[in-house]
Parts: sequence; C-alpha cells; structure tokens
Amino acid sequence: MTEFMTAALGFILAMLGLGLIRVLRGPDDADRMMAAQLIGTGGIAALLLLGGVTGVPATVDVALTLALLATFASIAFVKKDGANAPESPESR
Amino acid sequence: MSLALDIVTITAVSAGAFFFLAGTVGLLRFPDTLTRLHALTKADNVGLGLVVLGLLPQAGSLRGGFKLICVWLLVLAAGATVSQLIARAALASGAGGKRGHSTVRAARHDGPPT
Repeated sequence: MTEFMTAALGFILAMLGLGLIRVLRGPDDADRMMAAQLIGTGGIAALLLLGGVTGVPATVDVALTLALLATFASIAFVKKDGANAPESPESR
Repeated sequence: MSLALDIVTITAVSAGAFFFLAGTVGLLRFPDTLTRLHALTKADNVGLGLVVLGLLPQAGSLRGGFKLICVWLLVLAAGATVSQLIARAALASGAGGKRGHSTVRAARHDGPPT
C-alpha cells in the first residue's frame, strides 16, 4: 500500500509540474493564477498522500494551511486585478 | 477486511489521480481562459475528493478521517468561491478569450439560451 501511495504521490506531483507550463505560456494573468490554484489543490492531495505514506499526522495540518494560503493568494490576485476594473465598484 | 479496504483505497486514489490528469490536460489544452477555469476547478476538486475518500480507510482513527473530510470541504468551498472571483476578474479585464467572452456576455445579458 505504501508503494502504491508513493506512486500516486509522484504522479500527482508530475501533474503539478505539467501545470507549470501554463504559468510559462500565459497568456493572461488569470491563467497563471489558475495554475497556482492547481498547485494548491494538487499540493493538498500530495500532502495528504504523504501523510498516509509516512504516518505523520501533522501533514494534514500542513495541508489545511496550504488550503488557506492558496485561497488567500487567489483572493489577493482578484483584489489587485479588480482595483482598476470598471465592473467592480465594491473593490474601491 | 483489510484487503477490501486496500482495494477501496487503490480504486479511489487511482480515480483521483485520473481526475488530476484530466484537470491538468484541460488547463493546458483548452482554448480560452473561461474553459480552462471550468476544466480546472471541477476536475481538481473531484480528484482531491477521491484521494480523500481513498485515504479514509487508512486514516486509523475517526478523528483523523473527520479531519481529512474537513480539509476537502474547506477546499471545496474555497475553490467554488475563488473560481467565481477569477472568472469575474477575467471577464472584467476582457481576457476571457473571444469565444468565451462573447458567449458569457450574451448569457449574462439575455439569459440562458432556450
């Protein structure tokens, strides 16, 4: 079971690495932010699998923190982006 | 019993990994911003949910399993909110791509197509 979970962990990490291609190519800032969100979600899955492999319960706490950080990163992006957008007067 | 639990783990984690693959391929291959957002935010949350489902039999304690589910629920709520926010930002900056931009604008002004 440990071997299988390690393999799944490696596969998900490879998917995150492929997602970085979208950060490189863009073309828009929102696309790059989506790749960051992919890394957030996939990183949480990888951390939970790592917790299953190693049996260290603290990895679940790390995954929770990563979930919060990924969310706040996206919200910060939207607030920055919406500051000069005409359609969102509530952001001023 | 242990074998059955292991089979549940292998099946669910494999399906979750497949959904992560689908999300990444969608993010790389789809033509404009809104379709990429569509592929990413749905497939990834399902993938994470299946990984959590697969890890539940290995959790050991009820509290550990409950915590895993809480992580997934937090990611679900956050992912749904953030995807709406990113879509709004992409639309406002006019970066939705030609096709996605026009169809979503039309849907917003005229209601859903009948």
